[in-house]
Amino acid sequence: MNTLIAITGLGIFCLLFEILNLRKAIVPFTIVGLLGVLALNFYEFGSTGSYYNNMIEVSKFSTAFSSLFIVLTIFLIALSHNFYENHQTKISDFIAIKIFLLAGGVAMVSFGNLAMFFLGIEILSIALYILAASDRLNLKSNEAGMKYFLMGSFASGIILFGICLIYGAMGSFDVVEIHESSLSAELPIWFPIGMVLVVIGMLFKVAAVPFHFWAPDVYEGSPALTTALMSTLAKVIAIATLYKLVSALNLIPSLENQDLLGTFEIIVVIVSMASMTVGNIMALRQVNVKRMLAFSGISHAGFMLMTLLSVATSAGVLLYYTAAYALAGIAAFSVILYVCKNQDNEDVTNFHGLGKTNPLLAAILTGSLLSMAGIPIFSGFFAKLFLFNQTIQGGYIALVIVAVINSIISVGYYFKLILAMYSKEPNEARTGKPFLIYAVAIVSILLNIALGLFPSLVLDLLQ
Amino acid sequence: MNVSLILIILLIGAFATYFVGDKLASKVALFFSLAALGCSLVLLSHFNAGENISLVNAWITQPKISFVLNADGLAMAMLLLTVALTPVIIFSSFGNEYKNAKGFYALILFMAFAMTGTFLAADGLLYYIFWELALIPIYFIALIWGNGDAEERRKAVVKFFIYTLAGSLFMLVAFIYLYQKAGSFLIEDLYKLNLSATEQLWIFLAFFLAYAIKIPIIPFHTWQASVYQKAPTVGTMLLSGIMLKMGLYSVIRWQLPIASLAAKEYMNIFIALGIAGVIYGSIVALRQKDLKKLLAYSSLAHVGLIAAGTYTLTIDGLRGAVLQMIAHGFVVVGLFYAAEIIFRRFETREISELGGIRIQSPKFTSMFLILVLASVALPSTFNFVGEFTVLYSLSQINIWFAILGGTTIILGAYYMLKMFQNVMLGDANSKTFADVSVNEGISLVAIIAVLIFFGFYPKPITDLITPSLETILNVINKN
Repeated sequence: MNTLIAITGLGIFCLLFEILNLRKAIVPFTIVGLLGVLALNFYEFGSTGSYYNNMIEVSKFSTAFSSLFIVLTIFLIALSHNFYENHQTKISDFIAIKIFLLAGGVAMVSFGNLAMFFLGIEILSIALYILAASDRLNLKSNEAGMKYFLMGSFASGIILFGICLIYGAMGSFDVVEIHESSLSAELPIWFPIGMVLVVIGMLFKVAAVPFHFWAPDVYEGSPALTTALMSTLAKVIAIATLYKLVSALNLIPSLENQDLLGTFEIIVVIVSMASMTVGNIMALRQVNVKRMLAFSGISHAGFMLMTLLSVATSAGVLLYYTAAYALAGIAAFSVILYVCKNQDNEDVTNFHGLGKTNPLLAAILTGSLLSMAGIPIFSGFFAKLFLFNQTIQGGYIALVIVAVINSIISVGYYFKLILAMYSKEPNEARTGKPFLIYAVAIVSILLNIALGLFPSLVLDLLQ
Repeated sequence: MNVSLILIILLIGAFATYFVGDKLASKVALFFSLAALGCSLVLLSHFNAGENISLVNAWITQPKISFVLNADGLAMAMLLLTVALTPVIIFSSFGNEYKNAKGFYALILFMAFAMTGTFLAADGLLYYIFWELALIPIYFIALIWGNGDAEERRKAVVKFFIYTLAGSLFMLVAFIYLYQKAGSFLIEDLYKLNLSATEQLWIFLAFFLAYAIKIPIIPFHTWQASVYQKAPTVGTMLLSGIMLKMGLYSVIRWQLPIASLAAKEYMNIFIALGIAGVIYGSIVALRQKDLKKLLAYSSLAHVGLIAAGTYTLTIDGLRGAVLQMIAHGFVVVGLFYAAEIIFRRFETREISELGGIRIQSPKFTSMFLILVLASVALPSTFNFVGEFTVLYSLSQINIWFAILGGTTIILGAYYMLKMFQNVMLGDANSKTFADVSVNEGISLVAIIAVLIFFGFYPKPITDLITPSLETILNVINKN
């Protein structure tokens, strides 16, 4: 609870900086502020409680995921300094929006009431719409913002409709009350229908097939830093919320009561398989790196959805997978930001010869791609291992085999980028070593490797 | 003192090599590889004195994965093969100039680290991690420092990577499945499992996919020749000398004992696949125009025979296979090195453009001849011991296997000697061929010394490996 208040307060401070004309200090100040919030959040870890008539419910799950969100936000804010160099007058707005987005994300994983859940989603989404369109003189960015806004508000409408149906069935927005009444044998059919609508809306936010079509265009059109945010922080928030929704509302047992569990599982398996396969196959054909990572993100969403099949036990695995994926994503995007600065596109050709001109950043990008492809000793490998282990335990061996085949396909496009870096001639030299970009890239890849060497640190948090 | 010391030396060596810079990199790498060799010999003496040099450490609690390095005789033999060949391989590269040498030598040491780990690991997942880890350095070595057309090289290397990764991932699924049954990845727990015949068949096939691609066994060999040709010679030596032994070793260590019912049931099929590799490799080698490609196909033939030996499930087959693995490791590194020496002088590997070397460089000719004879398993060389034991074990299963497998010696002698004739003999070549330098001589003599010494006296190695092979055979026959 204190975390949420502190984050919101920090966001308001950021807006005040604009008035006080302290723009130069905003990035360091915000990072220090967020580190403070992170410390506060660690301090709260393990304590549970509910606040404001159970509007907010603090649990291990919510604090652990909030910590991950805060860490990712710190990286994204650090990258902002360099990215908004030419937009100094707006930097405080952009940073404040990111902090509010974080507040929305924290609210989404710690909701105790569906109203709060919806508020969180809207805070997050509106912040994302603005950020997608934030390069306002660029036609593509405008298109991305508009597209995302239209699609996103449609999804929000579906979620809201679903919440209404749940209210109609249960007579309450409160998660605990819904949980209790879902145990009774006789449930109106509105409850599963409402849940399906809410899940569909969330699958849209996660960008899982068949609700993925917005992602590539929006990722490509948005400013690169916003794409980084969408594909790491926003995706992690959405999947964690979906998980929390399914587990907190007691969906699995209540479906079992009505003999609908089998259907639900088949749907999850199909969505998961489709997301992996479509995402990977489409990614193979992309020449724009941002678009490629958008499709790779869709396929990773498919992997993460596998955790929904064993909701009771897989929270730790989800935390680990999202952390590994997001850290690799941050490292990859910081290199992309460096390479594609002052370029008008993000095509693979920009990366030619990076292994010669800038071996360090090339190695970091290679590492993060290897992590996403699931090569040991990077944490991406362990994430897949734990996920496969969990899923085989649940008895879905066919799904795991599809996932394995997809892992092989994904190597194809991750290595396209690696090949471009190491086996093509460089086309232009880049000067300047922006400290913050280097720092973010190095720290995030080191954290990724550290997670790989000591997986228990994260994995056991939620057990 | 335990075996983790070797891993630490090689890993630190890799980092140190990278950080000392391009000029000193090769010497630092050589130093660390020799240090690893020295420590392994010390460890071997401890091991022979009956001391326990294994390492057991907890690592990940849930799922339960431990950091266990188990050094039995078999693992020690493979460890010694790795650490003995690494300095030879590094030293053999001293005549070449490499761009970004620090990266190159660091990757070699890192690869030696990963391969050593593969041989020592006694926890399924730890083993898998090392197994995969060995793939990354060779990918970059072949891609960045390889030769030939860049586009073709890229295709060959990516194909190799995706192929091997695809195979290994199915092995990973098999390991996870085994974990569900055993509750641990530890090898002794996996040995104890009682799996049904169907389960064993699937697990056997998942392992087979990984190993057949790595070894390679027909029909999974298509990546091999082009990668061997395109990779720098050092990379080819690492691949053919050590890395493919990872596959053969894993068959003995993991595949056969864990899925022993399936291994017995389908024994003939897998022996036949191995022998098919012998015949196919030999026939294709006959027609090769490129020296490195010819050696690649001859290597395919030899490992086919080794694989057939492992699948016989007899003590002779396993022992012969391990002996031949070590012998083949040395001889193939020697042969590729000879090819590299010729390339340094003539800058071509086309057999038709070579010839007339004998007149100009008698020393090199005699060394090359010994290597060629060793590779066709002439009695008194180490390869004879290994190949003969394997053929003997095949004859115990079915005499036809031995006869067909024996063609490796006949066909091998034919294409190797024909190659030798075309490359070395004949009228003097228009280009001059300087005789071997001191550096080149040291590596070749070291390899030849090993081949001949163990050819006359293989007892130290058989004594080392036989007890652990018997243990494994007991596990296989238990079910």
